[in-house]
Parts: sequence; C-alpha cells; structure tokens
Amino acid sequence: MNWLIDFFSNPTNWSGPGGIPARLLEHLEFSVVALLLAAAVAIPLGLWVGHTGRGSFVVVVSANAARALPTLGILVLVVLLVGVGSTWPVLIPLVLLAVPPILVNTYEGVRGVDPDLRDAAYGMGLRGPQVLFKVLVPVALPLILLGLRLAAIQVVATATVAAYVGLGGLGRFIMDGLATKNYTITIGGAFLVVALALAAQAGFTLLSRVAVSPGVRRVR
Amino acid sequence: MGDEPLVRWDWIWRNWDTGRPDSILALLESHVVMAFLPVLFGLMLAVPLGLACARWRWLYQPTVSVMNVVYSLPSIAIFIVMLAITGLGQATVIVPLTFYSLAILIPAVVDGLTSIPDHVRKSAVAMGFTPLRRLVGVELPLAVPVVLAGLRVATVSSISLVSVGALIGQGGLGYLFIDGWQRQFTTPIVVGIVATVLLAVIADGLLVLAQRLLTPWRRA
Repeated sequence: MNWLIDFFSNPTNWSGPGGIPARLLEHLEFSVVALLLAAAVAIPLGLWVGHTGRGSFVVVVSANAARALPTLGILVLVVLLVGVGSTWPVLIPLVLLAVPPILVNTYEGVRGVDPDLRDAAYGMGLRGPQVLFKVLVPVALPLILLGLRLAAIQVVATATVAAYVGLGGLGRFIMDGLATKNYTITIGGAFLVVALALAAQAGFTLLSRVAVSPGVRRVR
Repeated sequence: MGDEPLVRWDWIWRNWDTGRPDSILALLESHVVMAFLPVLFGLMLAVPLGLACARWRWLYQPTVSVMNVVYSLPSIAIFIVMLAITGLGQATVIVPLTFYSLAILIPAVVDGLTSIPDHVRKSAVAMGFTPLRRLVGVELPLAVPVVLAGLRVATVSSISLVSVGALIGQGGLGYLFIDGWQRQFTTPIVVGIVATVLLAVIADGLLVLAQRLLTPWRRA
C-alpha cells in the first residue's frame, strides 16, 4: 500500500506529457477507438450471421482461432512493418482482440432468441429487417452488451503492451518501472489500469440497466 | 525494411531444433507447459468452487465479482508482481494464468450445473440416486457441454497470453517476438504468431473431439 501512496502523492507523476492525466487520456483513446472499430465490424456481422444463419460455422471457428492471436506478436510485427508514426499500429492488435467476444456474443444472442418469438413477429407481418431490429436485437441486447463489456475489459488491460514499442498509455508506467527497477511506478500504473477496467465494467453494467427493455430483463 | 522478405525460410530450418533453449522446438515445448498447466489447475479448482457456488447461491455473486476483478488485471503487471514472489521461473507465468482460467471456468461450471432441467434432477432422486451418485452420474455429465465451451475459451486465451511472459523472460514462443523486435527481424515474429495460432487450433480441435466422446447422447 505504501508504494501506491508514494506513487500517487508524487507531484511529478501528475503533470506534463508523462503525467497520470495525459497517460490516462492516451490509454482511453486507444481503448475507445479500438472498441468502436471492433464493434463497427463485429456487431453488424454477428447480427447478419445470427439472423440469416449463413456462414455461422466459419464465423465461430475463425473467431475462436482469432482469440489465439498473441497481441504482443501482432503489435511488434505491425510496428516493424509500418513504423510508429501514429497510433494505428496499436489499434490493429487491439481491434483483433476485441472482435471475437463481441462477434460471438452478438451471434449467440440473436441465434438464441426463442423461435416462437421470431415466428410471432413474422406472423404479425413484420419483414426480415424489422424482425431483426424490432424483436431480435432488443431481446439479444443483454448478450451483445456482455460481449462489449468483455471486449472492453480485455482491451483496457491489454493496451498496456503498447508501451513496449514506445507508444504511450498507462503501460508506460509499467514498462518504465520495469526497465528502471522502480517498482513503485509499475504497481501504480497497474493499479490505474485495473481501476480503468473496473470503471469500464461498471459503465457497461449501468448501460445494460438503462438500455435493456424491462420486459426482457424480467424474463432473465 | 527494404528488400528484406517477411519470412526467411532458411532461418526457420536453422533454428528449428538446435538443442538450445531458444530453438523453436524448445520454446514450443515450454509454451505448451505454461499454457496447459494453468487450464488444468484452473479446472481442478473450478469444479469444487463451481459446485459450492451452485449449491449455495449467495456465494456466486461475490465469487463472480472477484473473478471479474482478476480478469481485468493486466497480465504483464501481475507477472512482475509474481516475479518478487516466485522468482524467474515458469511458476511466475503459470500461477497468474491459473487465475485467469478460473475466472472463465467458474461461471462455466455454475452455468453448466444450473442449466440442468429440474425434472432431470427430480427423476434421478426418484430413481433412488444418492446425492453423490446423482452428482457424478447425472449432473456433472450433463454439465459437460457448457463446461467444455468455457474450457475451450480458457485454453485458447491461455495459449495466447503465455507470450506476454516473454517480457519477464518466460514466455515460450513469446521470446520470438522480443527477439524479432530487438533485431528488427520479422521472421521470428511471424513464426511465433503462426505457431501460437496453430497450437490453439489443435488444442481447440482436441477439445471438440473430447466433447463428442464425452456426450454421446448429443450425437444425432
């Protein structure tokens, strides 16, 4: 605990481009952009595959294989190939990390909707897209949000490796502390990452309270 | 990078099995050990803990909350903290990964047990099954599909996470990323990524096979 107090009470840790606020912002930027990009790919694809049932085998198998991609390896490969001019190199491995959980949960959510509900919607005269957006998406929403939450936690925790190739974010504290054997900084940085991940988790829990229809919640 | 090819095949043949600890084969071996032991330990702990959570429901929420926190810890920071306790050995990677596996497996075990229809449990009781025989003969086998789904995710993530250990000198195939990065040489990085993914795909395939063997009633 003393280490944490040392880290957070040191004024030099709070100011300038290497300070806590600046690093926190960088970390948030990597995480949010990566999560948005991943969601933009994975949610439509998951909805489409879950709704039409087309290509579900391919999606599930490749999403599982994609989980195995080692983030550190992808990161150093991308940086060696394109250089570290911008934040793009760190976004690629993070997006690859975030897509599988979002995709699989969206697909499972839509596919798992009670077939009776789906038939009832068609029976009421709704068309394919209407069934998807008015019935399937609201009912599948808890699982879709779960996928986003899992992806967010992993992205926030993993964005720390960006520091290994000289990029910013909270990983800087961890890597710099490791390199200089100043473990106070390392532990402080790790603490901030955990706090951010827990905040993301709380945010998504709150969002699912607000966004999920009360009727759907009661069934669960 | 200039004219340097992405992969230099002769490097792979020369470093495949040199008998030294940094040959590809030796790294693959240590990778397998550090990836599978945590899943095995995790499963051995998750079954009794999951049983306890399914039996005493009030235990479940706190357990899941703790596991969510564990899951959001950045692996690199945990490895560094572990370094102080276990020193520079494989245990430094194996212990934290065991907790990550637990975080995935406990909910899987609980979901598996609670997904068993009540009438099945009552039938077993009516047929004169003692609680222990009911657990071993009815409930655990019926929970296998859900537990195995969790086991697949845990195995694949474990295989991918081991490489982060390379930052503290114990990363199996992850060593290839550090090596490639330090020498600005893409071949080892590509080899490391491909080998990691292949390992995960093979392990995943074996688990799917195990599921078919363990749940004969599900085969059409």
